[in-house]
Amino acid sequence: MSGRLETTFEGLRKNRQKALIAYLMAGDPGLTETEQLVLALERAGADIIELGVPFSDPIADGPVIQQAAERALRNGTSLRQILTSVTSLRQRTNIPIILMLYYNSIHAMGCEEFCNAAKAAGVDGLIVPDMPPDEAGPLKAPADAAGLSLIFLLAPTSTADRRKLVAKESHGFVYYVSLTGITGAKLSNVEDIQHNIGKLKKVSAAPVAVGFGVATPEDAAQVSKVADGVIVGSAIVKRIASYQQDPAMVGHVAEFVRSLKAAMVPA
Amino acid sequence: MRMLPDRHGRFGSYGGRYVPETLMPALLELEEAYAKVKKDHRFQTDLAYYLKQYVGRPTSLYRADRLTKRLGGAKIYLKREDLCHTGAHKINNAIGQVLLAMRMKKQRIIAETGAGQHGVATATAAAMFGLQCEIYMGTEDMQRQALNVFRMRLLGATVTGVDAGSRTLKDAISEAMRDWTTNVRTTHYVLGSVLGAHPYPMMIRDFQAIIGREARKQILSVEKRLPDYLVACVGGGSNSIGLFHAFLRDSKVKMVGVEAGGLGVESGKHAARFSGGKPGVLQGTMTYLLQDENGQINPTHSVSAGLDYAAVGPEHSLYHDQGRIEYTSATDGEALAAFDLLAREEGIVPALESAHAIAHVTKLAPTLKKSQLIIVNLSGRGDKDVQQVARMRGVSL
Repeated sequence: MSGRLETTFEGLRKNRQKALIAYLMAGDPGLTETEQLVLALERAGADIIELGVPFSDPIADGPVIQQAAERALRNGTSLRQILTSVTSLRQRTNIPIILMLYYNSIHAMGCEEFCNAAKAAGVDGLIVPDMPPDEAGPLKAPADAAGLSLIFLLAPTSTADRRKLVAKESHGFVYYVSLTGITGAKLSNVEDIQHNIGKLKKVSAAPVAVGFGVATPEDAAQVSKVADGVIVGSAIVKRIASYQQDPAMVGHVAEFVRSLKAAMVPA
Repeated sequence: MRMLPDRHGRFGSYGGRYVPETLMPALLELEEAYAKVKKDHRFQTDLAYYLKQYVGRPTSLYRADRLTKRLGGAKIYLKREDLCHTGAHKINNAIGQVLLAMRMKKQRIIAETGAGQHGVATATAAAMFGLQCEIYMGTEDMQRQALNVFRMRLLGATVTGVDAGSRTLKDAISEAMRDWTTNVRTTHYVLGSVLGAHPYPMMIRDFQAIIGREARKQILSVEKRLPDYLVACVGGGSNSIGLFHAFLRDSKVKMVGVEAGGLGVESGKHAARFSGGKPGVLQGTMTYLLQDENGQINPTHSVSAGLDYAAVGPEHSLYHDQGRIEYTSATDGEALAAFDLLAREEGIVPALESAHAIAHVTKLAPTLKKSQLIIVNLSGRGDKDVQQVARMRGVSL
């Protein structure tokens, strides 16, 4: 489906590497910085960028990402501006870009208009944390038509039926939520994660990336042993917030991402 | 009329289940458990027992003679949900859900609250059944409803302030959903209104529908006919759907839902979803929302914490589009005037939420004939609001 996502996972697999997926809240502290961060994180070793679209009521997110969304919204960041930023980034990078956004942001624009605009901008995939496959009907056809990968989440609470459904509907990769909780919580037992990924691999050929709770190079190392990709969000967003006043913010965040990538274990 | 919602939790195009995957298994488990107890004689007998002996049902249908005379039109009946134990209709749902949670072997109960009535009702039910209870409440609402915060703590509940966003009901719901996502294996989330993901809007409606079933029987018994109008306030919409539901097939019975007009719909500071909003998805359900052109949820305003919410129950959205229920609004000022009026004319201090319904009755009744009948749902009593109203009037207590 999506060229860039699949090419990236395929290339990493050939080089016996795992994907580092770095999350940024678009517009925090501003879209100019977000663009700089995307390029710097790519140079620092990020393989895929996940751009959060700020929403006023993010039910799946913990305080770190909630506050980042509030800052981005105070700057007046909108979905349309984010798509303009992606368009501009596409002149400079070929890194896969996924949007993580709540369904109401899509619904307000209209599924078809949104998918066409996202594709035109150069977006590769979508993660909609409040839209399980059961409710994805209206988004599926326009996303398929535009060639956008719809990436669904699987949780530790998911039953065998849910696992099959998510495996069937998810494109690009499956996002395994490492814990029963919200973003930014503490990483749970890696054996549990491994066990659940094992069950998923029996019903799905797609790569599996693990997110929620991966905060340190040690976490990234552990998770990279059991998954095809490691997603780091709150830990990056927290650093962006703490270096807000520092002109070298982008460099500090890139340094952190470099340490994550360095810790990840070869396949 | 077909049975609603359908098996996907849809009321027409509204409703559904827009939640993180982590919660999907819990919602499916809840749906199944609820379907089971709905047909379970023992559960229904237990529920009926607690509603009668503990809550004090049936509540009376009181003929408000002095209010009727003062307004000079239709004859007005008050459905006295304010007489329920804990002072509002919220206990009907709280008892039902806590009983269900015990069937599901959940040890811990959480809930959100706006005005505090649902929090008090849930803390009460948890205390009575001996379950651990945590209530989420926006810090803005904690200030407005300090009395209820103290009541919940008296009842042994932990009250956790939510300092995010607008610091009101919406933010308390998000925080409760986050708690549920984290503790879903041990915890049942007692949502307080006909909101959120399926099966909540259906289940809560069913638990509140006793209001209308009683009212229908009571009015037929005293007046030998159905009412011309039903009036109720609409925050999330549980007291209104509770009153309306038993009358939906009675096509001659007109129904009016009264939203919070705040400082006036034209001011932008209100919670009138049907005049100022459009469909979207918030906190698990597709429904009418107050939102901007980018789909960000707009801040709301109402003197009444229980109506101060950006979304409305999805079943209401369907009846709005079908024209089955008419939705209007009353401003803060109109509600406060109705608060005084009912106190002076009938010796009943209404909750500020319910005062919105009374405010609409003061406009509606004079336009009707004396032979016509209105039932208004007095969803709660105003004890919790006395401090706030005194403060607004510069009286220190």
